[in-house]
Amino acid sequence: MPKGSVAITAERCKGCGFCVEFCPTHVLELSSAFNAKGYHPPHMITAEKCSGCNLCGMYCPDFAIFGYKFPDLKGGKVGPA
Amino acid sequence: MSTTPELAILNPVEEVLRKDRIPTIWCPGCGIGTTVNSFAYALMGTGIDLKKTAIVSGIGCSGRVSGYMALDSFHTTHGRAIPFATGLKLANPELNVIVYSGDGDLTSIGGNHLVHAARRNMDLLVVCVNNMIYAMTGGQAAATTPGNSMSTTTPYGSFEPEICLPQLVDACGAVFVARWTAFHVKQLERTMAKALKKKGFRFIEVVTPCPTLYQRRNNMGDGLAAMMDYKNSQQDQERRPHLRSGHGARRRYHRR
Repeated sequence: MPKGSVAITAERCKGCGFCVEFCPTHVLELSSAFNAKGYHPPHMITAEKCSGCNLCGMYCPDFAIFGYKFPDLKGGKVGPA
Repeated sequence: MSTTPELAILNPVEEVLRKDRIPTIWCPGCGIGTTVNSFAYALMGTGIDLKKTAIVSGIGCSGRVSGYMALDSFHTTHGRAIPFATGLKLANPELNVIVYSGDGDLTSIGGNHLVHAARRNMDLLVVCVNNMIYAMTGGQAAATTPGNSMSTTTPYGSFEPEICLPQLVDACGAVFVARWTAFHVKQLERTMAKALKKKGFRFIEVVTPCPTLYQRRNNMGDGLAAMMDYKNSQQDQERRPHLRSGHGARRRYHRR
């Protein structure tokens, strides 16, 4: 059961790979698909490992990705870490 | 794989960004956007009044930051970001004035303004994004370009050593001086939040990759290679502290 997920705005991505390299649980990978500018945006390969820590969102220079935590049973709030 | 539901929440940094200006002009692998993330989280985290916050930039890649932030922003002439900010602060002392600019702008063309604003202890926060070259104007050597590195104006390698900005500003009497790299996002956010709450002349240098104009000419790989370099050099220093000059080095000398 993943603790969180990431949201990706593929059209803003420039394919620099910072989020893929610095994800602490190695959730992301650059996909083989293209966006409108011809870059390869990332996609999740092991979504169950995502902790929603939002480190990808801190690294993304183009504001194209961010992580958020799922609400837990103890009543935590939805939103970025 | 769990399907990502359509989100009602937006990227939290968009609160302080002008969404109509995105996508940015920065190259793939550039680290300026990463520093903007840290700055945005620091701004939101400290809870300072954004209506009374102004951001001033000079010319250059980092000078575009003022145009992307949803604050009162000024995009000034080359090298003159600190004089504009000084005037802004003197005319309206209630404002929180932040200067966000590059190394070529703040230290090479506007070097005197940086020195004297620090000497006068103007109440400004200066964030200097150091990519070690004049990037937007075409890769000319700046005062922060390291010795022996190639640029468009130094085809045989630059002959002069670079300025160490934190030491320069510290010697001029700034109350808060810090240096991080674009890799250290959380540390940079904490430092920026700390600096936003202080009074007086505060200076933060952020070393960022410039894959297009600095690293390509010097065979240093892309932006990701530079970020990995920042990461590994920090881990080297943590594991082998005797490599640093200072306490560890002195202790090793005595043991011998």
